[in-house]
Amino acid sequence: MSKIKPEDLDKIGEKIKRTMLLREGSYRAKVTIHMGTCGIAAGARKVMSTLLDLIEKEQVKDVILSASSCAGLCSREPMITVELKGKTPVKYVDLDEEKTMKIFQAHVLDGEVVQEYALAIGSERVG
Amino acid sequence: MKRFRTHLMLCAGTGCVSNGTFAIKEVLERELEKHDLQDEVAVVMTGCNGFCAQGPLMVVQPDGIFYQYLTTENISHLVEEHFLKGRPVKKLMYVPPGEESPIPELHSIPFFKDQRLIAMRNRGMIDPDNIEEYIARDGYKALAKVLTSSTPEAVIQEISDSGLRGRGGAGFPTGRKWDSRRKDPRTPKYVVCNADEGDPGAFMDRSIVEADPHSILEGMAIGAYSIGAFQGYVYLRMEYPLAVKRMTFAIEQAKEYGLLGDDILGTGFNFNIDIFRGAGAFVCGETTALVASIEGKPPEPRQRPPRTTLWEKPVVINNVETWANVPVIMNLGAKWFSEIGTETSKGTKVFSLAGNINNAGLVEVPMGITLREIVYDIGGGIPKGKEFKAVQTGGPSGGVIPASLLDLSVDYEQLDKAGSMMGSGGMIVMDENTCMVDVARYFVEFTNDESCGKCTPCREGSYVLLEILNRLCKGEGKQGDLELLDELGEAIKDAAQCGLGQSLPNPVLSSLKHFRDEYKAHLEEKRCPAGICKALITFTIDDEKCKGCRLCSKKCPQDAITGEAKETHIIDQDKCIKCGVCMDVCKFEAVLVA
Repeated sequence: MSKIKPEDLDKIGEKIKRTMLLREGSYRAKVTIHMGTCGIAAGARKVMSTLLDLIEKEQVKDVILSASSCAGLCSREPMITVELKGKTPVKYVDLDEEKTMKIFQAHVLDGEVVQEYALAIGSERVG
Repeated sequence: MKRFRTHLMLCAGTGCVSNGTFAIKEVLERELEKHDLQDEVAVVMTGCNGFCAQGPLMVVQPDGIFYQYLTTENISHLVEEHFLKGRPVKKLMYVPPGEESPIPELHSIPFFKDQRLIAMRNRGMIDPDNIEEYIARDGYKALAKVLTSSTPEAVIQEISDSGLRGRGGAGFPTGRKWDSRRKDPRTPKYVVCNADEGDPGAFMDRSIVEADPHSILEGMAIGAYSIGAFQGYVYLRMEYPLAVKRMTFAIEQAKEYGLLGDDILGTGFNFNIDIFRGAGAFVCGETTALVASIEGKPPEPRQRPPRTTLWEKPVVINNVETWANVPVIMNLGAKWFSEIGTETSKGTKVFSLAGNINNAGLVEVPMGITLREIVYDIGGGIPKGKEFKAVQTGGPSGGVIPASLLDLSVDYEQLDKAGSMMGSGGMIVMDENTCMVDVARYFVEFTNDESCGKCTPCREGSYVLLEILNRLCKGEGKQGDLELLDELGEAIKDAAQCGLGQSLPNPVLSSLKHFRDEYKAHLEEKRCPAGICKALITFTIDDEKCKGCRLCSKKCPQDAITGEAKETHIIDQDKCIKCGVCMDVCKFEAVLVA
């Protein structure tokens, strides 16, 4: 490491800011991958790693990934739920790598729901 | 840095480390690998999280889920359930005392949500061994700002305006201290960080050094610039090996990045910091003894005035917490800082909450908060539903504050007025089963042992205080003892040379003031109302309540309890050593102490 100048502080900060944001729990979009036994068997891990790669490739800072358990619709796995801050969550079903990439580009980054892969908009009522 | 979806912020403060954090880390990494999650889930070792009593701890981000009491045995289940299948594990979550359902998220737990972090802003958020993580949270920004666009005078003005006062105990205005050293014509000048934390039950400074060493280094560099110093020392005690290790590493890293050493940030400012390892005498925390120790002399206090110097040159000595506040003040401004707290005490204070309290740990709260809020809201109250009796603030130099003063505002003046002091921030909570005479005896025993012996009032005075307290606890008190304690205490306060000596009678004087009846019971009735002083108590068994279960007789280490099954048991007073085990194990409250 060479000696740094005042303006380098921001560059260093910027470089790992994404990591730090994750720790602060602040985000614009949250993608939940349903990773119950059924989801994993149907290929949820592939969906997860695709999303991780996309986030890395696109240098996205404000999207977090979360794993959750079986969503109850085992026959339509792998599933993900995309939730933009302040918007209704959307569930996508029967996913593969290609569909995941499309959803990421259209919905997560551009805010357009991909109707053709969506199961439903909103979540079940709890309690 | 690689992109992970989850960060496991594993607490690596001394408390958690001694409960096995490193072993847990190994198992955690092994289990993550087993499920092929090592590229998705990162394990990050952080400094002290603060909720030490529940350790080892881990916070899962970005979800913010707080896990406690981790063991190497429960990791495998945790990894499979939460990180593979996405089902957070309830049984490892925090359950508030007296309740049944757990609180999953850290920010919803009362212990955390009422705290306000300035000095400990980075706790649990960064890896203390990674300077870039400190930088990413606005680290060294204040230093850059100061070096490129502020005059030393402007820095001192900002610190003065903020109202920051010394966090080591005395509460001297920091800006005024810096200003006087800046105006001192002698050179070279020095800055020192006092990290010689020695109060029993206090661990604030250790935790800040372990969790965020760069915040101290940055504060010191700003202080050095403002007074015109080129050399700084961190006086760190050897008993804190982890803190020494992290601080050593932080200094190396800062030098490597050009944030310490020559031509800092390319601005032409030179400043170097070395660690001075203290050998662990309580008196070394006293300013004048501390400089004597750095100079290589016996650590004995000197008479003040004249003002403390290091090698007869001007020196600014501030406590760890004070230094850690400095960068934040320079970043956010004096006005922002001075809006927190009370009229005379600004900002926040870190306390180590210990003793008979449900949520023991490290808390940072705004000045002006009440003791009741600290003990009941953040601390979660007294264990086993017992009554609160008193809280000791300021360690062996402080005093006890009784229940009637629980609504006291926590600031320098109010604590002083109550006969205690802010001190460095130890806060020991005591329940109804605490004997105040015994507590005073304990603290005087400590100060007597740690007295450097240079001045007579402290050396001999503490010895005589201890002698009187010992005989009261044995039921051998003499008429006039209480008056003598009062008189001698006041004399030591007036005559001792340094702050430690002057404050050593505080535990005695404050307990005499607030709990005089308890002293009288020891003296006149040879009775210890709290049931603690062994010479004054007897254990007996209530024949109405005893079910004859034989549990106490099995557990008694002296075989002093006899009795057939289902018949009342009897304690042989000649054999009894008053350890109290019978009372602890009895399920029917049949063992009485009086």
